[in-house]
Amino acid sequence: MAGTDHQNDLAFGRGSWVRGITWTGLIFLYFPIIVLIIYSFNDSRFTSHWGGFSLRWYEIMWKDTALWSAIRNTLIIAVANTVLSTFLGTLAALALSRYRYRFSGLYHKTLHMPIIIPDIVQAVSLLMLFVFFNFTLGLFSIILAHASFSISFVALVVMARLAGFDHRLEEAAMDLGANRWQVFLKVILPNIFPGILAGALLAFTLSIDDFVITFFTSGVGSTTLPLKIYSMIKFGITPEINAISTMLVLFSIIAVSGIHLFERKT
Amino acid sequence: MFAGVRERDASSRSDLLKIRESQALLFPPYFFLVVFFVLPVLIILSLSFSHNRDFSLGLTLENYIRILDPLYFKVLLRSILYAVIATLTALLIGFPMAYFISFVSPKWKMIFMFLILVPFWTNFLVRIFAWLTILGRQGLLNSFLIWTGIITEPLHLLHSGSAVVVGLVYGELPFMILPIIAALDRMDISLLEAATDLGASRFHVFRRIVVPLSIPGIIAGAIFVFIPALGSFVVPDILGGRDSFMIGNTIKNQFMTVRDWSFGSALSMVLMVAVLIGVSAYLKQGKEQSLGMGEYL
Repeated sequence: MAGTDHQNDLAFGRGSWVRGITWTGLIFLYFPIIVLIIYSFNDSRFTSHWGGFSLRWYEIMWKDTALWSAIRNTLIIAVANTVLSTFLGTLAALALSRYRYRFSGLYHKTLHMPIIIPDIVQAVSLLMLFVFFNFTLGLFSIILAHASFSISFVALVVMARLAGFDHRLEEAAMDLGANRWQVFLKVILPNIFPGILAGALLAFTLSIDDFVITFFTSGVGSTTLPLKIYSMIKFGITPEINAISTMLVLFSIIAVSGIHLFERKT
Repeated sequence: MFAGVRERDASSRSDLLKIRESQALLFPPYFFLVVFFVLPVLIILSLSFSHNRDFSLGLTLENYIRILDPLYFKVLLRSILYAVIATLTALLIGFPMAYFISFVSPKWKMIFMFLILVPFWTNFLVRIFAWLTILGRQGLLNSFLIWTGIITEPLHLLHSGSAVVVGLVYGELPFMILPIIAALDRMDISLLEAATDLGASRFHVFRRIVVPLSIPGIIAGAIFVFIPALGSFVVPDILGGRDSFMIGNTIKNQFMTVRDWSFGSALSMVLMVAVLIGVSAYLKQGKEQSLGMGEYL
């Protein structure tokens, strides 16, 4: 979230067209979300009529044990994926930005690939990998699958942070007698920590939101929240989805506010 | 393979330490990427040349030839068409939004950024599902139109190409706006002032300075919209119908329903190559632009 002051006396970006499209675009972005929220309080099963205000869908959601086990699975996967991909992604970022290898170009390209290639292609190729090695599909296969794309995102975020790192700090620490490990812990790590944290947050979010790759690499008993939502959409829509959706929108509002407050502090 | 450490000043012992460190840092993540990214792609590459369900290295082009069958080729062309329309529409809406947001006061900018980021972080399935509520047969739009008396019978809005394109634009719009804002924020305002002082018209300043300087953002945004749109499976699956399915649906069917893994692999390879060609063409146009996602998130 860049916050540079771009105000000008020339009134650029103030035309009525630009203003009009912006507000129309915002309405376009928010109208469906607001509809979901409103209908989550509708007592009637149908969108076509309003049956009065009610919290019954939230009550049904609260008592939906399948939903809670899906949430539990989602969180287990997200935490494991975050730990694994933050560790590996940070290593990759440190390696590529600190050292030049004979195949550096190739390593950079390989790192970008999982971001560029459509998720459905990654999903089916991971499925084939697991089938090929007779690997049982479940929580563990989903974690490995999520890490295979999260590593790249973490590495790129950390690398962006490392690009602004002043190498003279490191040399100064060495001159003052610190060994390489101390330099890493006391100089490099504190400097790139915000980047690592941002990468970890991204890995966590990508994991929680992922549907396509999870859909192809999940097995019996490893239903995640997006899979549960998908099956509710496909096989029997009830306004319970509206209630779940409202909670998810609420969580993203909290998350965005949290990130903003965190950025202000650092 | 790991030779050529950058700094070669210190003693040979320290050099050796650096080489060790460089290897220790590189090995774990790349071992993981090779096993869980490169190898899987190689598996579907080899599957795409073999007979159905056969992991042995066969050599047949039948799967690729089958894609030329109008039945599938039409789906491929349709996917490209939808992705292009969705990208252009997102640009048409996203550019003015980014332009506006980039120039408002810091306080308002914070509010607008918040409004763009909330949908960005909200679950994709949920956001697409919302359109089902709006466009459905008994959805909000039909109910409203019947209530006003404009129509008497509900319209078939869902399961159409337009519903899919609306869903794609809706899902990916924040990915277009954010990189353009990032590019416009990097722009030096004094350039605009200087040009105006020298007598350039507003349109001229916009065309000759603002647009060229926002090209990197436009390219990044177009890539972030085009790739997921082209390979989309969720949007046509939920909002589309038989006549608006995309290649993602065909791939999913080959792997989950028909279980013709070889044909599904061939389709995946074609999709992957199409995306790589598209991206490299874009990147060449933008010269030295890397896909630095980091700063946009």
